[in-house]
Amino acid sequence: MTMTKKLLTSAVASALMVGGAQAAISDNTVKIGYLADMSGTYRDLAGPNGLKALEMAVKDFGGTVNGTKIEIVSADDRNNPDSSSSTVRRWVENDNVDMVAGLVASSVTIAVSKILEENDRLGIVSGSAASSITNEHCTPNHIHYVYDTYPLANGTASAVVQEGGKSWYLMTADYAFGHALEADVTRVVEANGGEIVGSVRHPFPTQDFSSFVLQAQASGADVVGLANAGSDTTNAITTASEFGVTQAGQTLAALLLFLTDVHALGANTAQGIQLTTGWYWDMNDDTRAWSDRFMEETGVRPTMVHAGIYSSTLHYLNAVAAAGTDDAQTVRKQMIDTPINDMFATDGRIREDGRMVHDMYLAEVKTPAESKNEWDLYKILRTIPADEAYRPLSESKCKLVTN
Amino acid sequence: MSMIFGVPLAVLSGQLLIGFINGAFYALLSLGLAIIFGLLKIINFAHGAMYMLGALVTVVLFNTLGVNYWVALFLAPLLVGAFGVLIEYFLLRRIAGQDHIYSLLLTFGVALIIQGVLTNIYGVSGLRYAMPDMFKGGFKLDFMFLPYYRAWVIVVALLVCFGTWFVIEKTKLGAYLRAGTEDSQLMQGFGINVPLLVSLTYGFGVALAAFAGVLAAPIYSVTPGMGANTLIVVFAVVVIGGMGSIGGAIITGILMGVIEGLTKTFYPPASSAVIFLVMVVVLMFRPAGLFGKEA
Repeated sequence: MTMTKKLLTSAVASALMVGGAQAAISDNTVKIGYLADMSGTYRDLAGPNGLKALEMAVKDFGGTVNGTKIEIVSADDRNNPDSSSSTVRRWVENDNVDMVAGLVASSVTIAVSKILEENDRLGIVSGSAASSITNEHCTPNHIHYVYDTYPLANGTASAVVQEGGKSWYLMTADYAFGHALEADVTRVVEANGGEIVGSVRHPFPTQDFSSFVLQAQASGADVVGLANAGSDTTNAITTASEFGVTQAGQTLAALLLFLTDVHALGANTAQGIQLTTGWYWDMNDDTRAWSDRFMEETGVRPTMVHAGIYSSTLHYLNAVAAAGTDDAQTVRKQMIDTPINDMFATDGRIREDGRMVHDMYLAEVKTPAESKNEWDLYKILRTIPADEAYRPLSESKCKLVTN
Repeated sequence: MSMIFGVPLAVLSGQLLIGFINGAFYALLSLGLAIIFGLLKIINFAHGAMYMLGALVTVVLFNTLGVNYWVALFLAPLLVGAFGVLIEYFLLRRIAGQDHIYSLLLTFGVALIIQGVLTNIYGVSGLRYAMPDMFKGGFKLDFMFLPYYRAWVIVVALLVCFGTWFVIEKTKLGAYLRAGTEDSQLMQGFGINVPLLVSLTYGFGVALAAFAGVLAAPIYSVTPGMGANTLIVVFAVVVIGGMGSIGGAIITGILMGVIEGLTKTFYPPASSAVIFLVMVVVLMFRPAGLFGKEA
């Protein structure tokens, strides 16, 4: 190497270092905004207990990053993309929020991620399900952490089809999440040699499912697939059992069930239902130890979303500490470069499209006889390896992925 | 199989019956609302919360004291009705005679408080109420499976609706009620305790909502938010029927249940809007509602 080249290299290197030092941590605070449904349909699966999980993560991290303090603000998203957008706009433009956590209803997440992209801040999505969030709606400013509709369909739908449920009738929640799940389920059912013989898109939320259950019965399908979530799913299951759907020989497949839903239904009503989950509290010593701490704080067992909020916040704070800055792109790169090994995931990794891929689990709800207490609800049937579970990058429509 | 607009006749008959059942629910709820507005001129935005309380009290009574369905069917409306009397006595009475908007805002506030407090205690995932044993199973009709419980809902809801209409429109007690709200001073002159009558009327209207809540407990997830979603629809029903028209509320309730059921068959995405569409059309041509008297 010539002298000039050496000089040039060291000049560039020192310029980079100076740049790095200048970036540091903006306004001497790492500010995290927690946006989630705090009072509506999705309150129990994320909600105030998700904020508790976030606070646990900040506390376990020590309350400061490289000597600068960590602040948390929170807001109710009211499942409303418009009001959530203005909340986040205020957070990033006036309050210097660096990272938005929580993010539950898919419609809210898609709206908010655009504002984060405009202002170059980070979003870590723990609650939403739509796989489109890291596909056609991907941005360089958000990470989708816990699960999405792709593995939900891959796990549950393919298991049900392989057990002989060839013809499907779908009940879909009529918004972004339901549409994404419907598309993913249709793909999996057809790929496994089954077919969709009918479907209905119901308003979100719906209380009375009797009309839709009747249509599903008239369709004569083997399987009634529920592409909805929260109280919509539990109401549909209750009505289906009232109208004798399973007694008449049809199988119920709930594509998205959270621990809180199953707990509300109880082992008696929900027994035997198969579901796909990203995490379960009673899998090993690490998950149990963390869940015990969570239960001391909240009085309930954590859902996969609660666990994801805790894990992703720690991963974020570690990245900020390692990079020495809260600059969105630097931190995101650091997060992508570091594998995730904690109570939530083993060898989890974040891809360039923002999707965190990790093992998923096909579970079955225990019978009342098997269930030892009110939260002892799942037995894990099968581990779905990370690469098999999520949409491969080769099929991605994300603008960040070059195929 | 014969088809109507691409829907088999058998499916359509089933949907009509389901719509009729939901209509019976709407009738029961809008009846209470119509009584409270018709007799007391109070716009009761707490009606959905009272419906929810009826369902929640049923579940809680069962879980804590083992109170069965039949006892709850009387006890829950009684308790919620008594709670309504307290609200009337301590809050609504203070704004009697003011513009309608005051009672609307006051009851709306009460509803939000009740709903918020209960959400904090019970969460939103919903509580379970097991179907009473005698209602398990159903009739296998030619065109559908009709659960026994839904059949029971139609019968009991229509009986209660008709009974209430009869008492208010055809009996002496009903005449006192109507007269008391028409000219309370004159009635008091006749020795009738009008304030008591008003409290009891509000309590009764609220108890009807709670009764609908008990009926709903075994078939829907019981959540603190269940009333808020239903309330707006029920208000639309009352507006379509004609504010304050008791018979109108019953007939419109059933009619709207059927229209909503048909929409769920032919074009489901519109099913949450169709009642409001009907409301707009009715208000354009009959501003006082289908059964209301022009002021």
